[in-house]
Amino acid sequence: MIDPTVIGSKTETCDFEVEKGAIRAFASAIGDDNPIYFDESYAQALGYVSIVAPPTFPATFRMPKPGLDHLELRRTLHGEQEFIYERPIVAGDHLRCVSTLVDSYEREGKQRKMVFFILETRGEDLQGNLVYTSKTTIIYR
Amino acid sequence: MEWSKIKVNQEIELVKPPIEKVQLVKYAGASGDFNLIHTDDETARKSGLPGVIAHGMFSMGFLGQLVSNIVGNDGFVSRLQVRFVGMVRPGDTVTCKAIVVAKDEEKRTVDLEISTEKQPGQASTIGQASIKFFSPVGQA
Repeated sequence: MIDPTVIGSKTETCDFEVEKGAIRAFASAIGDDNPIYFDESYAQALGYVSIVAPPTFPATFRMPKPGLDHLELRRTLHGEQEFIYERPIVAGDHLRCVSTLVDSYEREGKQRKMVFFILETRGEDLQGNLVYTSKTTIIYR
Repeated sequence: MEWSKIKVNQEIELVKPPIEKVQLVKYAGASGDFNLIHTDDETARKSGLPGVIAHGMFSMGFLGQLVSNIVGNDGFVSRLQVRFVGMVRPGDTVTCKAIVVAKDEEKRTVDLEISTEKQPGQASTIGQASIKFFSPVGQA
C-alpha cells in the first residue's frame, strides 16, 4: 500500500501573509480572549510589531499534502500534530512554507492495517530565517 | 506566571465552556478546515459517527491557550505537540491540563506534559509542550 517513491515528495513554496483579522477570527473561534491576539497597541507595548498569532495558528495555512493526493478523505484521521517555534508568528509576517512527506509506515490496527504518513512543514520569513516547523501524522485506514 | 513561581510537578488547569455547534462552524471558517464531519450531522452520520465531532485542532487550540497563559508575556510557546486519542462532541466540557515536568534555569525553558479530557480519565488529546522565557531585562 505504501509507494516508497512518494517519500520525499514536496510541495511548491506556498506564501502566506499573516493578517490581523485572520488572527482575531482564529483566537475568537478558540474562545481565547488574550489581548495579545486582538489589541495591536498592547502587543506593541510588549515589543511585538503587531498582534501575535496563537500557537496553533499555522492550521490556517492550508497546504497541499505532497504524495497523498490519492487518499480518500473519509478514510484519513489526524493522528498527531506538533508545532516548534523559533519565535512567535506576528501579524505582518510573510511566511514561505514547504511541506515534505518525510516518512510512511504501516501498523496493524484492531480491524485492519493502518498506514501512517508523516508530513513536515517548514515556514521561513522573507530573510530565510526559520520561524516554525510543523509535523503532522495522518493515519489512513 | 512568573519564572520564579514555576515548580516541577505543579499542575495547571483550564476548563473551557461546553462546546457549542456554532463554535465548530466558527472554527471551520477561521481555520479553513471545511470537512463537513465537523459541521454537518448528516455527513458525520454517513461517516459512521454519532453526529458532528470537533476538529482535533480545536482541542489543540485550547491547549495552546493554556500553555500560552502559563508563559504569559514573559516568553512564548516554543513547542506544542499532541496525539489525538478521543472524539470531542458538542456539549462536551473540555478540561485542559498541564504538569510541569522539567525546568531548565540556564536555558530558561519549561517542559510540560499536556492533555485534554472530557471527563476525568477520558483523554481526548495527550502531548507535550515547552515554553521559553525571555532573558530578564539587563541580562540578555
